[in-house]
Amino acid sequence: MGRADRPFGIVSIGAVMSDQRDDDGIVLTEAQKRARRSRSIAIALALAALVILFYVMTLVKGPGVLIRPI
Amino acid sequence: MSLVSEGTDFRGPLAASALAEPSLATVGDYVALMKPRVMSLVVFTALVGLAVAPGSLHPITAFTALLCIAVGAGAAGALNMWYDADVDAMMTRTSRRPVPMGRVRPGEALAFGLTLAGFAVVTLGLLVNWFAAALLAFTIFFYVVIYTVWLKRSTPQNIVIGGAAGAFPPMIGWAAVTGSLSLEPVLLFLIIFFWTPPHFWALALYRADDYARAGIPMLPVVSGDRSTRRQILLYTALLVPLGLAPWLFGYTGALYGATAIAAGAIMLGLGCQVLRERLPAERASRNLFAFSVLYLFLLFAVLLVERGWGGLIVRLAS
Repeated sequence: MGRADRPFGIVSIGAVMSDQRDDDGIVLTEAQKRARRSRSIAIALALAALVILFYVMTLVKGPGVLIRPI
Repeated sequence: MSLVSEGTDFRGPLAASALAEPSLATVGDYVALMKPRVMSLVVFTALVGLAVAPGSLHPITAFTALLCIAVGAGAAGALNMWYDADVDAMMTRTSRRPVPMGRVRPGEALAFGLTLAGFAVVTLGLLVNWFAAALLAFTIFFYVVIYTVWLKRSTPQNIVIGGAAGAFPPMIGWAAVTGSLSLEPVLLFLIIFFWTPPHFWALALYRADDYARAGIPMLPVVSGDRSTRRQILLYTALLVPLGLAPWLFGYTGALYGATAIAAGAIMLGLGCQVLRERLPAERASRNLFAFSVLYLFLLFAVLLVERGWGGLIVRLAS
């Protein structure tokens, strides 16, 4: 997440008091927005794949999937 | 990634610019961090270990094991690129990697590597078995801490000892099926372990200037050209009988034996050519480097066909 996208509540005190920074923040370029979007999509897909993997493995192994001998 | 995007300065001057600009790193940069070519060799050797192991494993469980091993290898690659960004920037071969190029910040590479490593080990433990997960965790630790952080910059034996990290995957594959280890996966480990020095020293012979510039004490830089060529032949002479060992111990059939003999003879021949070669000629070194990749692939591919393929088909059908 770029600094421009932080919720207002976690912007530093210095930044809040600086009216110039409040107005503009950091404006992402189109390239930066595209890169951030592609990263966000990749993270979402990876998380979805992880959920599906655990779901399928639960079907394969049964409900005892998390009970493994150490 | 938001924490590291704020420019957490984990190490070195390369991180100093991290505060300046929001990240431009693409998904492709993160894929490059995982060293996909190294990862493909890791997955292949792990697949062979998994396929030749006795016992059965559901195909989806086998896929999960290979996925975790691949991601673990990628994590190790990312952590290696994080730590080595300074020397990578000085070497022609590695200067275009994402961290030295400034496309991925060191802190981002570190966070990415640690996250992947954690997910890979825990997922392998939860979904396959904890012995294989422990081996994977140790492999990542060995590659990152023992090889990258400690050995690589301190001894010309760096890739000899550090080569163990690349030799573990077939053992992890075997452990994923059996939950234990035996002589056969140890033989596969030894083949890769003794294959690593001639493979990397052949490369280092014609990249010695690169390594010297970066201050990496590779054997040609520290001990010289002649000594390296002798060591290459010595390790090749040790590798060839080890390549035959699975056949000599009766684990494989005639096809593997014939392949190991023929490919081993070529390896030895190329090793002798490397010994006879004099700088600035580098053809023999390049030939050995290229053939060594084929050598390892051939041995493991034939092993997979002879021992594993039939077993995999049975497992898929059952």
